[in-house]
Amino acid sequence: MSPRLMLVTAGRVLRQVRHDRRTLALLLVVPCVLMGLLAWIYADTPVFDSIGAPLLGMFPFLVMFLVTSIATLRERQSGTLERLLTLPLAKADLVGGYAIAFGALATVQALVAGTFAVYALGLDVAGQDWLLIVVAVVDALLGTALGLFLSAFAATEFQAVQFLPAFVLPQFLLCGLLVPRDRLPDVLHWVSDVLPLSYAVDAMRTITVDASAGADVAKDVAIILGFVLVLVGLGAATLRRRTD
Amino acid sequence: MLKNPPVGQPAIRVEGLRVVRGGRTVIPGLSLEVPHGQVVGLLGPSGCGKSTLMRSIVGVQKVAGGVVEVLGLPAGTEPLRHRIGYLTQAPSVYTDLTVRENLAYFAAVVGTPRSGTAREVARVVDMVDLGSHVDASVGALSGGQLSRVSLAAALVGAPDVLVLDEPTVGLDPVLRRDLWVIFRRLAADGATLLVSSHVMDEAVRCDRLLLMREGEFLADDTLAGVLASTGAADAEQAFLALVDQARDRAAAGGTTTSEVSS
Repeated sequence: MSPRLMLVTAGRVLRQVRHDRRTLALLLVVPCVLMGLLAWIYADTPVFDSIGAPLLGMFPFLVMFLVTSIATLRERQSGTLERLLTLPLAKADLVGGYAIAFGALATVQALVAGTFAVYALGLDVAGQDWLLIVVAVVDALLGTALGLFLSAFAATEFQAVQFLPAFVLPQFLLCGLLVPRDRLPDVLHWVSDVLPLSYAVDAMRTITVDASAGADVAKDVAIILGFVLVLVGLGAATLRRRTD
Repeated sequence: MLKNPPVGQPAIRVEGLRVVRGGRTVIPGLSLEVPHGQVVGLLGPSGCGKSTLMRSIVGVQKVAGGVVEVLGLPAGTEPLRHRIGYLTQAPSVYTDLTVRENLAYFAAVVGTPRSGTAREVARVVDMVDLGSHVDASVGALSGGQLSRVSLAAALVGAPDVLVLDEPTVGLDPVLRRDLWVIFRRLAADGATLLVSSHVMDEAVRCDRLLLMREGEFLADDTLAGVLASTGAADAEQAFLALVDQARDRAAAGGTTTSEVSS
């Protein structure tokens, strides 16, 4: 493993995104537009303040999951992955480089969306605003890590795109947004305990209702970051130099 | 260019290589030795196992059996990755980056120090004659230019062994001739080249020919040797004659042994 090659790879990935202005614009604007719509449809009701935070965690997560999956799949399909695997680049350098590049984009995206939600849309939560933005950033990182890991199992774009309904929407159903997790049937509650998005929503709900629950939020954030590290590690471990 | 040329050791050694893909035996058992500084042409129809053999040599192909060594080391092992250049059959570069950005990235990956990157990029760009397009986005280049960028990426870092899968496919005759001049020059400097092609007339450029069909070598000889043994006028005729001979042998009930050593 070489920190220099990891950073060089991250720089290359970011340069690719920079050449694609429209993608860059979509990355920054879409979560803000979605938050804006949410605020608008619930105008003059208290609903936005209660579900705004969990959804602020969700939107960057979804976008970063998709973008990362497709980007790594493209590396595989363009033959550049095969070339890189014959070169002195450790698998961890490649996956780590992608994680750093998309992690940086995820951070900027969540910062922009979070700042927009709090200061432009007036999202009002019991806890601290900066904590809300931190959790949004961590959720976006989670989307990136999940995309890095799962894209290894997609052979085509058709498969990669369907990983969203297959692996992300079940997490959405079970994360406590529709039915609080402690009111789910037992089996589903246990399942939701091992799904990373549950902790993202838990943290956001805690910030929404509780002004002094910093420790609970920190615990959820630590669990999510643990998922991020494990998923990135698995992404590097499942990459094979030799293929059929 | 060649760091510590090992005495008496072949640049590439393949022994009893067997590759099975999707339940089908693509290479039943192949042996090959390539000495340093040789330009070996790997010729044969599409689907005959050329790419699979090349992927085995660069260490990205799952193999079912046999030995593959490059510069005395097992194929695909870490110390080799600095010393082997691989050109995949389809151009494998980033179409959303410029030529310079692509090559600078690959230069960094093969360990070119930051201070030497610009010089190394200029060197390989010059070799493939893309100087006027160095800041163009690769996605905007023509097919021939695209394959030259991909070739330049394989030349970065001046590897000792070059495995080039159809480097001249889709290029015009002038460019093909120029590339072969480059390949000869690299070999003169001590590099070893394994170059595949399904264009038989490129045979005249090689020190040695491997005519391949269905995962086996029909011939392993110089062009002159192949022509003499078959009485054919050119490589294509020779190849067809060898295919017919192999078929006749198989029809006569013999096994199609295909070792013709040089």
